[in-house]
Amino acid sequence: MLRGVPIRALWALLIAFAFAGPAPAAESAGPAAIAAEKSKAAKTSTADHTKFKALEGPFASGPEVTKACLTCHTEASHQVMQSIHWKWDTISPTTGKRLGKTRTMNSFCGSPLSNEPRCTSCHAGYGWTDARQPPPNEPSNVDCLACHDKTGTYKKIPTDAGHPAYVERKVGDKMVPPPDLAKVARSVGAPGRENCGACHFNGGGGDAVKHGDLDTSLIKPSKELDVHMGVDGQNMTCATCHTFNAHIQSGSRYATRSIDTHGKDLPKDDHDRATCESCHGAEPHKVSKLNDHTDRVACQTCHIPEFARGGVATKTLWDWSTAGKKDANGKPIFIKDDHGHLKYSAEKGDFAYGENVRPAYKWYNGTIEQVNVDDKLDGRIEPNGILTLNRLMGDATDPKARIWPFKEMKGKQPFDPELKTLLVNHVFGKDDSAFWTNFDLPKAIKFGMEYAGLPWSGKIDFIETRMYWPITHMVAPKDKALNCAECHSRDGRLAGITGVYLPGRDHFSWLDLLGYAAFGLTILGIAAHGTARLVMRKKTTGAH
Amino acid sequence: MSDATLAPAAGKPPKRAVMIYSRYERFWHWSQALLIFILTFSGFGLHGTHGLLPFEVAVNLHTTAALVLIALWAFTTFWHFTTGQWKQYLPQLSGLPAVIRFYAWGILTGAPHPYSKTLRRKQNALQSLAYLLFMVMIGPALWSSGIVYLTYPWWSHWAIGTIGLPAVAFIHTAAAFLMITFVVIHVYMTTTGKTVTHYVKTMITGYDSVELTAAEVAFLEEEKSDLLKK
Repeated sequence: MLRGVPIRALWALLIAFAFAGPAPAAESAGPAAIAAEKSKAAKTSTADHTKFKALEGPFASGPEVTKACLTCHTEASHQVMQSIHWKWDTISPTTGKRLGKTRTMNSFCGSPLSNEPRCTSCHAGYGWTDARQPPPNEPSNVDCLACHDKTGTYKKIPTDAGHPAYVERKVGDKMVPPPDLAKVARSVGAPGRENCGACHFNGGGGDAVKHGDLDTSLIKPSKELDVHMGVDGQNMTCATCHTFNAHIQSGSRYATRSIDTHGKDLPKDDHDRATCESCHGAEPHKVSKLNDHTDRVACQTCHIPEFARGGVATKTLWDWSTAGKKDANGKPIFIKDDHGHLKYSAEKGDFAYGENVRPAYKWYNGTIEQVNVDDKLDGRIEPNGILTLNRLMGDATDPKARIWPFKEMKGKQPFDPELKTLLVNHVFGKDDSAFWTNFDLPKAIKFGMEYAGLPWSGKIDFIETRMYWPITHMVAPKDKALNCAECHSRDGRLAGITGVYLPGRDHFSWLDLLGYAAFGLTILGIAAHGTARLVMRKKTTGAH
Repeated sequence: MSDATLAPAAGKPPKRAVMIYSRYERFWHWSQALLIFILTFSGFGLHGTHGLLPFEVAVNLHTTAALVLIALWAFTTFWHFTTGQWKQYLPQLSGLPAVIRFYAWGILTGAPHPYSKTLRRKQNALQSLAYLLFMVMIGPALWSSGIVYLTYPWWSHWAIGTIGLPAVAFIHTAAAFLMITFVVIHVYMTTTGKTVTHYVKTMITGYDSVELTAAEVAFLEEEKSDLLKK
């Protein structure tokens, strides 16, 4: 508990700095309704947003709110526009390759290209309708509220390129009322789990689909589920570890640190806390033998025995090759499994799910070789015909590599067998080519590839893919960490890890054979000798 | 068997029950035996031969017992040199064939042991050689590879991608197999005395019947009477 105090104190400071604008005019009391809105941040912050004139509203749109925010937070948009949350575009620090959501392929929907208004609903801005171009370069297009809303009423409509509803709208089967933007604007505070989770818990098109260790169970988790975020424990938010410097987050799947030799992040430091070592250091165990593991085994490997532990199943397989089936009446088919999960969808194909999944373990040095939408697949497809979309680099001989846990995502997705590239599937749109409207794959692909400006031979085949998602959230309490024999045994969790001698798992077969044989033959020899002694003694005694 | 069977043959000095294994030697022997048993049991558990101990328990037991045994060996080595007892382990290759012949055949036909214990030479030629092997080869192979393994964190950065750790494991495992083979032979050999339990009793009480020269008898009676069994 002692550890919690400075962290809370640090938070209070952080919030104070983040939301301290110029002192508001003292007279601006505003209407009684506004005064009643007591912003949580105001308790610790030097600024009470309910007292700002600029936030009285009304606001007709998101960008209008942003303009109001910028009247005080003059640099906020410029900062956000440098971030990956805005750009969806980054250079891998290890491979130098240009990556990002609009280029790099995944085994879920594939590519946001030609599907923008839907996919860009998770963009940290408004109105990005053409992902072939950078996001609209206007400071008011930055969405402050997605991350800073504290009312819980601000939601981006899934199909509106990042905008919330401005009039009552039907989303799925539900009518969604428009949020009171002025009230939302006055509520702002430090991002909570539900802010980040709105996108990150729902990646891949739904709750828990993508990551496996991030889903809505983390909005109000128990410490059993996540020892850091548990509301009955440390109650940390995402940003407690994913610290932000000028709106740039620390921690990224495009630039993972497999090992953090920098260690503890101190107050006068880089404010980059997205590794376990940032708080726990490199030798965190009281039992020194356990510290002997930290050079080669990632913390997560032992401390996250399973993922998808919060009662929400994660998708483990997505097979696009079966998509598009219709019943006798020409209606697209949807089939649910016993748990109510869609196991077949005419829109998307076959699915499989997993809860409490044991991770796959691999050497990983922080470098991932990703496949981009325009990459030739020659030389990347393994002899068994499987394409790994994000190849994890590193092995036992690499000092930067550690054994890491991963969610292994299995996919089967459209590719061009002639030009050897993956294909862009135009799934969503109010046109007659979108797959989810017409269920005509060649037509959807043609549209998608033309939209992306990429060559296509006209042929479609399906390729089996794998994708590896580093598991790093849902850290279990320490008494639930793996015990030694989970790995130190003949067929343990690390049975597939090569290049290291693991006591309990490994042995030299011929030495063992020789050793057991020597021991066994010795016992046999002794037995024979002993028997001979007994028999001979009887004979000699008998002779007397 | 009674003392009558030990009646001295003509011309041979009389045998006397003398303390041949001092209290320290017996303490050393039996604590070493216990530690080797613990190390074998926990070690082969760690190796995956049996699963009777949780891995963590086996690690702690093995490490603790190993450190205690290394300390015991260090002290015993010191003891051997200060007391001059180290000379007991000098090999006497000339006596070896006779002893081997005895254990291979003579023991079956009731032939007498070609070697008799004296105060200055407590072990027969084969025993000396076996114990020497134990003390200069099997033991050091185990403790040196064990210490190298225990200090792995100090050299791990250097060993990445090398056969360092597997080599240590190989030496340790190979020596462990030699150790258990030695132990079963050693235990069986304890049954080859006058009675099946004679040697074990000797190692417990410390006394054995030993041929003494007249001078030794005189010396012991005069100076070290406590070493002679009354």
